[in-house]
Amino acid sequence: MITHAQVLDALAGVRDPELDEPLTDLGFVAEVAIDEDDVAVRLRLPTYFCAPNFAFLMVDDARAAIQAIAGAGDVRIELDDHFASDEINHAVRDEQGFGGAFPDETEGGLESLRTLFQRKAFAARQGRLCEELVGAGHDLHEIASMRLADLPGGPDRDRCVELRATLGLPVADDAPAFVLPRRGRVDAADLDRYLRITRLIRVSLEGNAGLCRSLLQTRYELEEVAA
Amino acid sequence: MYEHDGERYFIVDGHVHFWDARPENRNRYGEGFIACFYDYHRNLSPEEYVWPKEKYDRYSEQDMIHDLFEIGYVDRAIMQPTYLKDFFPGGFNTTEQDAAMAANHPGKFICNGAWDPRDGEPGLKAFEALAHEYDLQGVKLYTAEWHGSSKGWKLNDKWSYRYLEKCQELGIKNIHVHKGPTIWPLNRDSFDVHDIDHAATAFPELNFIVEHVGLPRLEDFCWIATQEPNVYGGLAVAMPFIHSRPRYFAQIIGELCYWIGEDRILFASDYAIWQPKWLVEKFVDFQIPEDLLGEYAPLTPDVKRKILGLNAARLYGIDVPASLAAEPVGAAAVGSEPVSPA
Repeated sequence: MITHAQVLDALAGVRDPELDEPLTDLGFVAEVAIDEDDVAVRLRLPTYFCAPNFAFLMVDDARAAIQAIAGAGDVRIELDDHFASDEINHAVRDEQGFGGAFPDETEGGLESLRTLFQRKAFAARQGRLCEELVGAGHDLHEIASMRLADLPGGPDRDRCVELRATLGLPVADDAPAFVLPRRGRVDAADLDRYLRITRLIRVSLEGNAGLCRSLLQTRYELEEVAA
Repeated sequence: MYEHDGERYFIVDGHVHFWDARPENRNRYGEGFIACFYDYHRNLSPEEYVWPKEKYDRYSEQDMIHDLFEIGYVDRAIMQPTYLKDFFPGGFNTTEQDAAMAANHPGKFICNGAWDPRDGEPGLKAFEALAHEYDLQGVKLYTAEWHGSSKGWKLNDKWSYRYLEKCQELGIKNIHVHKGPTIWPLNRDSFDVHDIDHAATAFPELNFIVEHVGLPRLEDFCWIATQEPNVYGGLAVAMPFIHSRPRYFAQIIGELCYWIGEDRILFASDYAIWQPKWLVEKFVDFQIPEDLLGEYAPLTPDVKRKILGLNAARLYGIDVPASLAAEPVGAAAVGSEPVSPA
């Protein structure tokens, strides 16, 4: 029999593709119901009009994550209270893809959208790590010559390594610590500018995540959704 | 006019609405839309400024005049129509509705128009008539507007350019662009502002005011605005963070001043989502927190004066008392043409 903990663990591996944070941390999991090997999950979002492409990805990724639990039976994911709940829920259930949810309204799948936001998430996290190193007194030349293994440990580095693998970037310990997805190592001369740009992306992502949390809290009259 | 600590501020509220979201004027999408607006309102307003939902659905003309001009310090307010007829059959907030109200209060409002490129040739004629009737200086465009089976459009579509040419021909210079959660095709990021980049290059005589300073894509907005001198940022939706999340507000305004500079940022309340009174008071009192001053420049009264009114007054040709007029710094912002890291 599937356990509640197994399901939550699987959902913790599913991220909001726009915010790069787990659905479980964002408060998007409204309910998990288990009947022997069958799993039903209800998801909720901060607004009725959250972008349908990201909403679809979260529902579809949640389905895939739970189906991957050994012994999972029937899996049903329902998105609540969204303008396109019916379209998304049916298309995910019948594995019709995004085009099945919105025929004639899309031109292809969602992979390039997902990749774009993985790049943004990667830049924001690299930027945060770089700021941490500057704050600890390292100079830019030193930082530019660092290897991946030199980065401070923690969730940002772990997630950077995962994103590197996903984006096809080097993950070896001696790979450059700071890289641009299409250009390789960030040189010392460019690092100051790189910090400015990544800070802008970081401010944007962190701000959006904060707003999503507080709107969800208001919409469903919840206690604070922990960051 | 707002006076505080011996300083005077001429206030142009760059984005206000007079909407009708009553139950009899909305379908299920309209109900979801106004509920979402209401959550923004009650989530980000100080408690004493939160309205009951019934009042929020449809406030009166007297409420609006009181909140903007009697207590809200606003010298001039710019009405930004949002038709949304697929959600609100009689229109959420149309040019005609705005103008009827504004006519009772001469000298207080500027009424903008709107167009939708999917209306094609007939829409172009109707827009020309609207422009003449209301002597339009600007338009508000909503690229996420639903229209039958279509869930949006882009500013660099062929027909969008026809309408922008028409604006140029009619001398309508101020193009406010508002992004939303849907667009065609739906697999793209609907909040992406790169279509504005193309249009701003193609129409250098027009001013493109990106509403919400591109939020939730502040980064994309800043990148295009550094490259296009005719792109501006409207602070609707960004302003209220000054109350609930002041540090985030400091980061937004700090980044904007760094990338695009103090001459291209326009104050707006987005009334009735928020009210200008508390936004103006808090903004004039606001300063970048000390620990962020290494990254961001402090906000001086002169910078605040530009953002609160002088920048918009310049775009709309609004007369400002001579003692308050300021010259734009003219120099580019610190952030020059950036390299995209993504």
